[in-house]
Amino acid sequence: MATFRLLDIAHGRSGDKGNHANIAIIANTPGDYAWLQRHLTADVVERYFAPLKPSRVERYEVPNLHALNFVLYDVLAGGASRSLRSDTQGKALALALLQMECQRD
Amino acid sequence: MKRIRIGNGCGFWGDNLDAPVRLAETGQLDYLTLEYLAELTMSILALQKAKNPDAGFATDFLDVLQRLVPILRQQPGLLIVTNAGGMNPHACARQAQHILAHAGLHRRIAVVTGDDLLPQLDELFATGHTLNHLDNGTPLAALRDRVVSANAYLGAQPIVQALQQGAHIVITGRVADASLTVGPAVHEFGWGFGAADLDRLAAGTVAGHLIECGAQATGGLWIHANDATQLENIGYPIAEIAADGTFTISKPPHSGGVVNVETIAEQLLYEVADPRHYYTPDVVADFTTVRLEQVQPDVVAVRGGTANGITNTYKVSVAYRDGYMSAGTLVIAGPNAVWKARRSGEIILAKLRQAGCTFAESYVEILGAGACVPGVITATSDPPEVVLRVAVRDERKAAVERFTKEFAPLVTSGFAGTTGYTTGRPPVREVFAYWPALIAKAAVQPIVEIL
Repeated sequence: MATFRLLDIAHGRSGDKGNHANIAIIANTPGDYAWLQRHLTADVVERYFAPLKPSRVERYEVPNLHALNFVLYDVLAGGASRSLRSDTQGKALALALLQMECQRD
Repeated sequence: MKRIRIGNGCGFWGDNLDAPVRLAETGQLDYLTLEYLAELTMSILALQKAKNPDAGFATDFLDVLQRLVPILRQQPGLLIVTNAGGMNPHACARQAQHILAHAGLHRRIAVVTGDDLLPQLDELFATGHTLNHLDNGTPLAALRDRVVSANAYLGAQPIVQALQQGAHIVITGRVADASLTVGPAVHEFGWGFGAADLDRLAAGTVAGHLIECGAQATGGLWIHANDATQLENIGYPIAEIAADGTFTISKPPHSGGVVNVETIAEQLLYEVADPRHYYTPDVVADFTTVRLEQVQPDVVAVRGGTANGITNTYKVSVAYRDGYMSAGTLVIAGPNAVWKARRSGEIILAKLRQAGCTFAESYVEILGAGACVPGVITATSDPPEVVLRVAVRDERKAAVERFTKEFAPLVTSGFAGTTGYTTGRPPVREVFAYWPALIAKAAVQPIVEIL
């Protein structure tokens, strides 16, 4: 089984809405999108970001962009207004997810 | 088919001051939009207005307008739509008029208000508009005394009215960012706001959403940006919209940055939750019907973008006082930098406990060792130096002020390699917490006035 990172097959961007964050992961090819649809589930993303204690993770499919959009609820330690973290707006979350190690089946 | 070109030269208050000038110079624009209001900007502006009745708007706009004077002289048809008015659109408009008059330019300025709900907050509560928190349903009334601002996000309709009255410059308070683009499109193409035009409103909303953050559509934050992307000359985005709602996104010729399907797809989903339901005051847009195609270098054609209904509510952004916070840093170099930095953070908090200062919340992070996504992305080697950052928040301003005085002592009493204390004591800032809510559209009256 070949190991790779998500950023080898996708790109993305993340941002905030209050105390929630969204991460868009956009596949490079239709084949990559099919792989993401099957493997990058809301559960996988919730486990990956467990240290940030999201209250829940929702996944939305955006097939026209070959993209998955994840909403991570209550993950920003208070959000832009009152979070004590450096990354108050979740700007780094997309890059963190794209660094995830995956295995080709 | 008629087409109009709308360029957005500002994505937030603090964006580059020369960008709108460069965009208007070479963008062949019909409209220049300028977006200044982040979620919490209004709370800061509300306090400024409370201290000074002539303040409370995005003052950067006046700086930009001054720089735009030569261009407005050359391009008399260029129209400007901006939410720079913040909490005080009238004061903003008066100062803008002064700048233009001083330059010998005659422009009709329109002011859009009615978004500010603070003056009628008690009346709204009394008539059943409880402004419950969108996430958990809690009514706002319990926090009434701490509220500093409450603004409805108005839509494109008052902007259209202003343009119909011949305004050259439209200055608004809080409106939905995308509506700054939808307004001009509706005005130019004679679209309505009824069922027959909802898909076109949705397409205009997609265009507005794509350009509202300025350079984020043209290579900013793009994951594949490199030296060839020339971010130092980044061009700001232009939506060229046709009467049927199809449009292209491009940027001025010979500018840096890039417009491709990747940059546009990333921005389309930026700060989006459910892509089938992107709520604005004008329409609920469905982003899953949008088609992107690179038609020329740095030109992406956007088709589709359909409506998924319309709401009878406006979103309201409330800010309330929530204590004080401060964050300070020190640089820690040498062997075991990460361990020394973490211990230094603990020492700062221990010293404060000895002085009787505890905090509602405190946080120690080690920049360079995996602080941005803590516990998920961590350092794989021992860095030669790191930045220690300690932050606290509490109701008691005195405790937070005392906190700011505990960094300097470590320069002599801390670990070897402690340095970087050059900026002095960190500032204490008031915290304004964010409270999103909805209000019936019927309870809000947008007002359009020509100055």
